[in-house]
Amino acid sequence: MISVIKYNAGNIRSVAFALERLNVPFSITDDLEEIRKADKVIFPGVGEANTTMRYLKDKKLDVLIKDLKQPVLGICLGMQLLCSHSEENDTTCIGIFNDRVKRFQPTHNEKVPHMGWNSLTLTQSWIDASVAEKFVYFVHSYYVPVNPHTSAITEYIEPFSAAMQKDNFYAVQFHPEKSAAVGEKIIQSFLTIR
Amino acid sequence: MLTKRIIPCLDIKDGRTVKGVNFVNIRDAGDPVELGASYAQQGADELVFLDITATTDNRKTFVELVKDIARHVNIPFTVGGGISSVADVEPLLEAGADKISINSAAVRNPQLIDDLAKAFGSQFVVLAIDARKVANQWTVHTHGGRNPTDKKLFSWAGEGQQRGAGEILFTSMDHDGTKQGFAIDPLSKLNELLDIPVIASGGAGNKEHFLHAFTLGKADAALAASLFHFGELSIPDLKSYLNSAGTPIRI
Repeated sequence: MISVIKYNAGNIRSVAFALERLNVPFSITDDLEEIRKADKVIFPGVGEANTTMRYLKDKKLDVLIKDLKQPVLGICLGMQLLCSHSEENDTTCIGIFNDRVKRFQPTHNEKVPHMGWNSLTLTQSWIDASVAEKFVYFVHSYYVPVNPHTSAITEYIEPFSAAMQKDNFYAVQFHPEKSAAVGEKIIQSFLTIR
Repeated sequence: MLTKRIIPCLDIKDGRTVKGVNFVNIRDAGDPVELGASYAQQGADELVFLDITATTDNRKTFVELVKDIARHVNIPFTVGGGISSVADVEPLLEAGADKISINSAAVRNPQLIDDLAKAFGSQFVVLAIDARKVANQWTVHTHGGRNPTDKKLFSWAGEGQQRGAGEILFTSMDHDGTKQGFAIDPLSKLNELLDIPVIASGGAGNKEHFLHAFTLGKADAALAASLFHFGELSIPDLKSYLNSAGTPIRI
């Protein structure tokens, strides 16, 4: 069974609908034991880093996530919270990845948030090779710089981590649940990890 | 590279699309869910659903519809029409909407923009502005462009951004329905002025109009309704034209 971690994230329903469209059984839960026993865990996220971390701490979900041994997929804010720190309201995060989340500095032609469809360049990646250079949907103002755990790079203002992986932790900055057929392919990539 | 977005807009009344459509593969041209899924399939980058009834009874129908759209459509979508409070928005987000758009209510009560941005984040809040030129000034109108206000387009868009709107959807009432092209001058001025994305709306009549909205108007996205609904321009045709003209586009 897949567990989708239930908390105050804005895109839980969208993630649930995407899994439904793929005919994948799942539960949305904040039950620590149920999450611990799941085959795979999805950690969605839309919202503000500081408030969200506080919520996760209150529910002891931060410690739980850090100790998970099965494949875990962080989405958008979920990916950022797996890093060590976010510039968004100076927030200490869960710390799977040793990277610091930075805010985009707008340029004359490039607005912030980075909103819309942008392409993926896959590096050594868990993501299906068929989506290389295909487009996925982003909405974010903060980003993780390219690092040794980067699995896909997107360019906006500067190259940043569109996807990452370390041990059993997988993460995407974009919204696969809103990225049409390409997004579905990427969710499948995660679901078929053994 | 970040691509320019093409956005079909559907007007909804009592849970049905108002104008019929002229697609070959659609079973029920009035069904917003089937229509939305079909546009997504054809390569639309986002969708907008506007509830034009917006009476209390019909709100429930609309929320149910939004849930159904979210279940079947795999691209982002915005919903609008009749939103005037944080309480109006909660059920729509809970139903799975990605963004909400506000218009007249924000003109009446600008604080609504701050409240919504604070409650749900700027990326959820699209400020829709209908404007037309009155005595050489781009003047904001409400109620589908019928009622002039004392607000001016550029200052109101700037205020909207300041208060936390994540995007501006600018419709020129002078161009809407004319099929003579988007309002390029105010568009380009808005895009110079603002740090948030601007969606061009009103006046699309052919492929070149979209190209001009992106090149001359510097818009981040362009919206159209009847042009797509009546099959006068297909999204794959439009996107392949824009791509060959050098516009960054998702194909």
